[in-house]
Amino acid sequence: MNADSVIHVRYALQRGEFALEVDFDLPLRGISGVFGASGAGKTSLLRCIAGLERPATGKLVVAGDVWQDDVSNTWRAVHERDIGYVFQEPRLFAHLDVRGNIEYGLRRREHNGAPDIDHIISLLGIEQLLGRKPNELSGGEAQRVAIARALLCAPRFVLMDEPLASLDQARKEEILPFLDRLHAEAEVPIIYVSHNIDEVCRLCDHLVVMDIGRVVADGDVQSVLVRMDLPILAGEEASSVIHGTAISHDDNDDLTRLKFSGGDIWVPGKPKPQGSKVRLRIRAGDVSLSRTRAEQSTILNIVPAVVESIQPDQGASALVRLEIGTDQIVARVTRRSIRELALQQGDEVFAQIKSVAVRAP
Amino acid sequence: MNANTLFGPLWLSVQLAAITTIVLMIVATPIAWWLARTASRWKPVVQTTVALPIVLPPTVMGFYLLILLGPGGAIGSWWVELTGNALTFSFLGLVIASCLYSLPFAVQPLVVAFESLGQRNLEAAWTLGASRMDAFFSVALPLSVRGYLSAVVLSFAHTLGEFGVVLMVGGNIPGETRVISIAIYDQVESLNYLAAHQLSALLLVVAFIALFAMFHINRRWQTR
Repeated sequence: MNADSVIHVRYALQRGEFALEVDFDLPLRGISGVFGASGAGKTSLLRCIAGLERPATGKLVVAGDVWQDDVSNTWRAVHERDIGYVFQEPRLFAHLDVRGNIEYGLRRREHNGAPDIDHIISLLGIEQLLGRKPNELSGGEAQRVAIARALLCAPRFVLMDEPLASLDQARKEEILPFLDRLHAEAEVPIIYVSHNIDEVCRLCDHLVVMDIGRVVADGDVQSVLVRMDLPILAGEEASSVIHGTAISHDDNDDLTRLKFSGGDIWVPGKPKPQGSKVRLRIRAGDVSLSRTRAEQSTILNIVPAVVESIQPDQGASALVRLEIGTDQIVARVTRRSIRELALQQGDEVFAQIKSVAVRAP
Repeated sequence: MNANTLFGPLWLSVQLAAITTIVLMIVATPIAWWLARTASRWKPVVQTTVALPIVLPPTVMGFYLLILLGPGGAIGSWWVELTGNALTFSFLGLVIASCLYSLPFAVQPLVVAFESLGQRNLEAAWTLGASRMDAFFSVALPLSVRGYLSAVVLSFAHTLGEFGVVLMVGGNIPGETRVISIAIYDQVESLNYLAAHQLSALLLVVAFIALFAMFHINRRWQTR
C-alpha cells in the first residue's frame, strides 16, 4: 500500500497483566474493522491512535505525517490530531443542546472549505433533534448525534469504539442503516472496533483481527473471514462475504437474481435496484455440500465449487473452505459427512446455499 | 443608634465576604481540580491541610495568623518592608485570614463537582479539538455550575459569620475591621441590647436569604 493512503501503527503498551503489541497498516479509505473478543486490546489500540493513551514505545504515521514517534520524540496531543472519536456511550455535553454539541468540534477545527453540515445532519436523520437537550434523546438518537458530532469536526478519519455495544437490538437496527449510508456516501475513512461479527460482515471493507493484544490477521474482509485457522472466526459465527451485482428481478416469483464470480444467486424480494453492487453475507451454517447436483430440491441456490481446505471445528462439525469462481466461502458440515462423502482437498462439489443476507457493497 | 453604626459593620462584612468569595473561587479551583483528579501520594496531606479550618478553633487559627501576619512575622515583616503598612488590623489582613478560614467551604463542593464530572466528557472534548484549558472552560466549568453555586454561597455565608479569626487578626477598627459579628459582641459588652438585637436580626435575615436563594436555585436546576 502507498504510504500516503495508510495509517501505519506500531505500539507496545504494558498495563498490568495486559500487553498490547501491534505493528500493521490500515488503509485510509472505507471502513476498517478491528475485530476481537473483549480484552483483545481493541479499545486500547483505538485510544493509542487517538492520543488518549501514550504507549511506552510507539509510532503512528497518518498518510505520511508523523503523529507520534518515540525515536524522534514526536507527540501530537489529542486535540491536535484531526480525528473524530465515537465512544461506546454518546458522551454528549449535558449543558449544550444537540446543535451546540455538533458545533463544538466544528468551531475548533480548521476546515478545508465549508463542511457540509446539512448533509451530515440529514445523513444521520437528526434534523428534528437540533433544539433538544441530550437528556431528552433516546439512546439511539444520542448515539446518532455523537456520530454527527465526530464527523463534523472535519476528521482525517473517524475512530468508532463499538458505537452500538451499549444499545439494545432494536436500537442497533435503528442505527445500522445510518452506518450503511455513511459507508456509501461519506468519504471519510472509519476505523470500526467491534466484537460483533454481524456488524463486521455488514459494514467493513478491511478487517484486522486481534487476540490478547496482538494482530492475528489483517486484509480485505472477504479473505480474512475465510481464514478458518482463527478460532474467533470459527464457531457459530463463521461467515463469508462476497460481492455481486443485482441483474434482474422475476416479478412472478418476486425473486432477484444476483451475479457473482461463481454464478447466480436468487434472493427473495427486491433488496437492491437492478445494476447495483451488493455485498452478500453467507453464514457457514447455511451452506451444505453434495457430490452431485441435487435434482429435486427446494434449495434454489446450488453452485459448483471446489474444496480448498478442511478444518475440524468444535464438537461434531468441521469447516470447509470452498472456491466458487474467484470467491471463497465457508461451509459448516459434520465431520461424519466429510468421512462418508470422503471429501478431500481439490474435490469438485455442489454448494447448496440456504440463505444469504444482502447488504450495501 | 444611627444608620451608620447599624449598616456600616454590615456593609463591611458584605464587602469582606464578597472579596473573599471571589478570591476563593480563583484559588480553590486549581486545588479542587488537582484533588479530584490526582493519584499523588501527597493527596491525603493536602486534603487534611485544606480541611483543618473546619475543626480548628477560630482562635487557634487567628492566633497563628496574628503571629504570621504581624509586623514581626514571616509574611507580615515582608509586607511592611514592601508597603510600609502592617497586615494585621487592616482590611487586607482580614481578607487573607478569611480566605484561609473559608477555604474548605470553597474546595469541598468543587471537589465533589469535579469528581462527578469524570474523565469521559473531557476526553470527548479533547477529541473534538479542545485543548486542556479550553475543555476546562467550555465543558468542565459549565457542567460544574452547581458545585460553584454551593461553593459561592457557603464561602460567602461562612465569611459573613466569622468572629474568632477576625477578632484575633483584625481587632475592632470602625470602617476597617469592625465587621458585624464584632459589632454585635461590642454592643453586648457595653450592654446595648437594643443595638445588638438590631444587628443580630440583620445578620439573621441576610444569612437566611443567602441560603434560601441557594436551595431555591439548586432545586430549579434539578427540575430543569
